[in-house]
Amino acid sequence: MSDVLDSYPQWLDGAWVTVRLTLLGGALALVLALIFGMAGTSRFPGVRVLNRVYVEFFRGNATLVLLFWFFYALPLIGLRFSTTFAAVLALGLNVGAYGAEVVRGSINAVPKAQFEATVALNFTPYQRMRRVLLPQALALMLPPFGNLVIELMKGTAIVSLVGLVDLTRVSKNIQGSTGETVAAFSVVLVLYFIVAQILQLFVRYAERRVDRMLGRRLPSEPSLGTIAAGAPGAGVSS
Amino acid sequence: MPPTDTTPENPAPKDSEGGATPADAAAGKDVATEKGVSTQKGGTPEDEPAAELPHGEAPGIRFEKVVKRFGSNVVLRELDFTVAPGERVTLIGPSGSGKTTILRLLMTLETLDEGLIWIGDETLWHMDRGGKRVPANQKHLHEMRKQVGMVFQQFNLFPNMNVLRNLTEGPVRVLGVPKDEAVERAKGLLDLVGLADKENAHPTQLSGGQQQRVAIARSLAMQPRVLLLDEVTSALDPELVVGVQDLLRDIARQSDLTMLCVTHEMTFAKDISNRVLMFDQGQIVEEGPPDQIFGEPSEQRTRDFLQAVLAS
Repeated sequence: MSDVLDSYPQWLDGAWVTVRLTLLGGALALVLALIFGMAGTSRFPGVRVLNRVYVEFFRGNATLVLLFWFFYALPLIGLRFSTTFAAVLALGLNVGAYGAEVVRGSINAVPKAQFEATVALNFTPYQRMRRVLLPQALALMLPPFGNLVIELMKGTAIVSLVGLVDLTRVSKNIQGSTGETVAAFSVVLVLYFIVAQILQLFVRYAERRVDRMLGRRLPSEPSLGTIAAGAPGAGVSS
Repeated sequence: MPPTDTTPENPAPKDSEGGATPADAAAGKDVATEKGVSTQKGGTPEDEPAAELPHGEAPGIRFEKVVKRFGSNVVLRELDFTVAPGERVTLIGPSGSGKTTILRLLMTLETLDEGLIWIGDETLWHMDRGGKRVPANQKHLHEMRKQVGMVFQQFNLFPNMNVLRNLTEGPVRVLGVPKDEAVERAKGLLDLVGLADKENAHPTQLSGGQQQRVAIARSLAMQPRVLLLDEVTSALDPELVVGVQDLLRDIARQSDLTMLCVTHEMTFAKDISNRVLMFDQGQIVEEGPPDQIFGEPSEQRTRDFLQAVLAS
């Protein structure tokens, strides 16, 4: 076990690669999700088609196959990316497709009455989206976004197959060099879990901010602890 | 050929117009005296709210053979009616009779199937291009909507903004009013609706009656010339209804807005309107001054409806 832990610089480097890919891929996915998600709510059929094509294509393909495309196939026709960039593209495009559906669904779930109020106040279509619909849809997007960012973080493990030394790769390397299979894979298990929990913390924080913006009172709500403890009706505010 | 509001082309509305004329005149006189009063003692605190209310050329409204269908269900059948500038008209009738649809068409929340809707001397859903009348584009609708404000049954305040932002967002972003001025006006309107202390509150912290009063202030902040009230007290607890109604009565008295009001509150309708239109199945069954419609309706359908409403 101590051999495994002594190689902590490797673990840290690997964790950093995983985190960096998660953040960059997540940023790309978020931008794509917002753009194509909003396109999916357009009143112009032509714009909605863009959403469908993007979502169906990138949701319907294995991230690993996308990665092979960006890494092995596209260079053959002259498009050469760095390994990291290819990985970010593959992950971002794939998760962005899921995210686009989340954004589209959330915007559509904002009560129609809110849209009607923006018409009555003569907002332009951009103002309706930017000032009213998107801020309210954000509250609905955040929990599924939390899922997606953790999915994406775990999905970064595939980059070990194109030569990037991420957490997964490091665990394999250390298992090979020390022979301590159980210890090496236990450590990587815990590290992924920790990274996921940190991401989840950020999402929770964002949820809190949005709840406050929407005037949902937090102090009167039971803490996560009471709900987790299974107190009957703990989630029901009086 | 833009018709003026006082001379309808159709014989049918002309008859009805006859009944409404005295009321119109009375309304006009009210407005005139009100204006006189507010200029005379414009500095006194009681009159300050009146200064927040829109004054000036309110347009009339005219429906010309308006048809609205939802699928195979015809909600409005070749409907004709006219509302004079500054007139207050209440629409009553059983649910499904098309009265809310009329307001929603005027607010462009529903699209028009056939016919013409005039606001002032311009058509709402059509515009002029090369001498031809073509369906309106977004720009035309945006221009036309500037004259119209609407208050909804469910208030529809924006939960992602506090009360003050609800009132300033439209004027600042849509009308381009400077922020300071918009805040100033918003505070004046909140004062008018009796919620001056709630500007930083969140809509969810307000009672239904308070939310509706904010919603009324919000629609007035856009300085409309026509105000549409869609069952504005139906979603309120009984003890909150009076406050909102009193406010609207004051607004009606102190402004010269053209008002269209859908309501089931007959006393309120009597107080606020110059004329009452009774709808059934997308057509006007009967119309006249409130005293006549509520006191001695001539149509059996109206009598049945009023009886049913009073019994409830």
